[in-house]
Amino acid sequence: MLAGSVVIGVYLAVLIANMGGHVDEIRRGQIREGVAMMVSMDQEFRRLPQEQRESIIADSVRIEEQRLGLDQPFIIRSVLYLGTALSLNLGRAEQITSDSGSRQVRLVILERLPSTLLLFATAQIFLFFSAVIGALFLSRRYGSRLDRTVVALAPLSAAPPWFYGLFLILIFAAVLGVMPFGGMVAAPPPRTTIPYIMSLLRHLVLPVSAIVISGIFLATYSWRTFFMIYSSEDYVDMAKAKGLTSGMIERRYVLRPTMPTIVTSFALLVIVLWQGGIITETVFNWPGLGQLIYRAIGFYDTPVIVGSVVIYAYLLALTVFLLDFAYALLDPRVKVGAGSGR
Amino acid sequence: MARANRLRELRRYPSAIAGAAIILLLVITALTTIIVLPYDRAIDLWRGGEGVWLDNPRNARPAWFNVLPWVNLPRTVIVDSRDGDITRTIRPGEEVSEFAMDLTFDYRADAFPQEVTVTLFGTFDDLGPYATLTWHTPDGRMIPLGDRPAGAQTVVRLSQDARLIRRLTNIPVEVGLFSDYTVDSSTVVKGRYRLEVDGFLFEPDSDIDVKLVVYGQVHGLAGTDHRRRDISIALLWGTPIALTFGLVAAVGVGITTMIVAAIGAWFGKWVDSLIQRITEVNLILPLLPLLVMVGTFYSRSIWNMLGVVILLSIFSGAIKTYRAMFLQVRESPYIEAARAYGAGGFRVVFRYMIPRILPVLIPSFVTAIPGYVFLEASLAALGLGDPVLPTWGKLLDDARVNGALYNGHYYWMIQPAVLLMLTGLGFAMLGFALDRIFNPRLREI
Repeated sequence: MLAGSVVIGVYLAVLIANMGGHVDEIRRGQIREGVAMMVSMDQEFRRLPQEQRESIIADSVRIEEQRLGLDQPFIIRSVLYLGTALSLNLGRAEQITSDSGSRQVRLVILERLPSTLLLFATAQIFLFFSAVIGALFLSRRYGSRLDRTVVALAPLSAAPPWFYGLFLILIFAAVLGVMPFGGMVAAPPPRTTIPYIMSLLRHLVLPVSAIVISGIFLATYSWRTFFMIYSSEDYVDMAKAKGLTSGMIERRYVLRPTMPTIVTSFALLVIVLWQGGIITETVFNWPGLGQLIYRAIGFYDTPVIVGSVVIYAYLLALTVFLLDFAYALLDPRVKVGAGSGR
Repeated sequence: MARANRLRELRRYPSAIAGAAIILLLVITALTTIIVLPYDRAIDLWRGGEGVWLDNPRNARPAWFNVLPWVNLPRTVIVDSRDGDITRTIRPGEEVSEFAMDLTFDYRADAFPQEVTVTLFGTFDDLGPYATLTWHTPDGRMIPLGDRPAGAQTVVRLSQDARLIRRLTNIPVEVGLFSDYTVDSSTVVKGRYRLEVDGFLFEPDSDIDVKLVVYGQVHGLAGTDHRRRDISIALLWGTPIALTFGLVAAVGVGITTMIVAAIGAWFGKWVDSLIQRITEVNLILPLLPLLVMVGTFYSRSIWNMLGVVILLSIFSGAIKTYRAMFLQVRESPYIEAARAYGAGGFRVVFRYMIPRILPVLIPSFVTAIPGYVFLEASLAALGLGDPVLPTWGKLLDDARVNGALYNGHYYWMIQPAVLLMLTGLGFAMLGFALDRIFNPRLREI
């Protein structure tokens, strides 16, 4: 079932990225124009008679179309795309090159991956753990001033990270001038390791804060509500009556039953990391996957777009698959394959 | 009865009242905007180019900056001889007549204007008038601005006049004209300025009109952008657009998702599994890149985007939550009773199952609105904003792309951002309060 969904999803991505074959027309037009231009500019060809020039143009167009695989009808090509994409043979990008000059989609994506992971892993993991720990703390003292503040601030999460990013850039980069406007390291990059890391960290501060600010209040609020439902169970009262310390109660009686949910949301978070954030990366000029996808769409570079969707689809499927096992490990009531059938 | 109680209960939440007040204010603004400045007119103005906005300064701050005690920035001064107050003397001659007129204005700001432009409008058959421009400062100095033949409409951009700049010892023209630049070129000389225009008319019926524009540094309620456009138009028109986009998307998605989930839960079998599979496929396709593709390859009209957003969001993770709720409802005795009197499948779904769940879901529709309002802004930030309509998102994007942050034009970015934030907060605060009222389980904890 899961595999079927992945195949259909990827095929849809292929169709959409090609605009149902319309992108081919655009590309053919570009090729014809480029070749015609080249031939008419060339001194040697200028002296040739009209017909000969035309045939040269036709030949070069055919060769170029063959190089890009445009000579086959779109339906066949879309199925071919699907096959190669699913076998993770992501092929060659048409326009975009990696910084080291390669056209391999795999290399292009791999090159952007570390910077996206650095930014989003730092931010999301920090966000996740501080939300869970903060929520545990708040659930113990609900109704306190701090608790009410967090609840009141929860609506702030309606705004996406890039929105806070603009404000942070405004305050810390434009007005105060203490932080960089964007980018990943200073230009030119420092040559030695320690200044390089320092510069990297300095550039990390604003985007990470933007992501954390945008997520922290709602995350803490919903985790707090969630923990509170579990801390009002009878067995928790029982444990309290036995005189267990609050740390012990949390570990044994609150965290234990909520573990599957925590693991699920953590796993889903790991997948989201892969996507990066198109706008957040654009606003902070961060050289990650999100920016890559945006550029790829601008160039109609189908292999790169499909490549990133394929990787995302595979990761999602894999995570869902692994989660079933994780549930079985964490929650003895769940037995894989027994009953449910959903 | 129960509904009235719930509404009364809403009053006990200050955040709900604040949220509702914000929403009411926005709705009033939106309605007024639509009535005062119709859709087509707004688009014409916004797309009109510099022709429409010729007399506005570029990147001017909002006029309310002058309320601050330490700020005294100039407003734009326009003196036009066609408005009537200006007396012109014409001394007729045999063939050539002489004319003279004075354009006077008061200048009391602490800062220099942005630009100075004189426009000459000549009325003639073959040979246009010839005008000499002279600048008189309050302290009695006189600066010759040169001679110009006047066409039907001759624009003299004094700030770009190379000869004038050289005559003013290579300082900017605005500074030269508005200060005693040989002594102190940083202080504005305040008082009554006079532009003297005199010259010759070469035809009996010939006439001349002059317009002087001293571009200020503040303009209107919200300032202007890099194309001299009045930002308040985009701020005002952004309101109905943001509200419509948010409401239609949130309610459309919410209700459709609910209906689809109910149908799946009731009919079961292949209908249910088809819906589940579509949802899984849709979950794999990431929304934002998909929207970028649609916007790049098809159309980026905001209504088209709205449709795509709704379509893609119907089969989201929420469908699974709703389905679980409906599966519980399906087993209730009252549904069995409905079956017993012979109600058909769709009757059960629409008359019995959905009305049961709807109240629980209304708060979530409200809380979903800010997300869609910001989605519109996100699309604009990706360069996928509607090509013709002025929206908050497009203002933000314009500001960002044109370096508002680097150049210190903060008002350009802060105004739409504050409005976005207000809208988001208004709906979120109301939604959170509604959630606590409609779902009493949340209230105790």
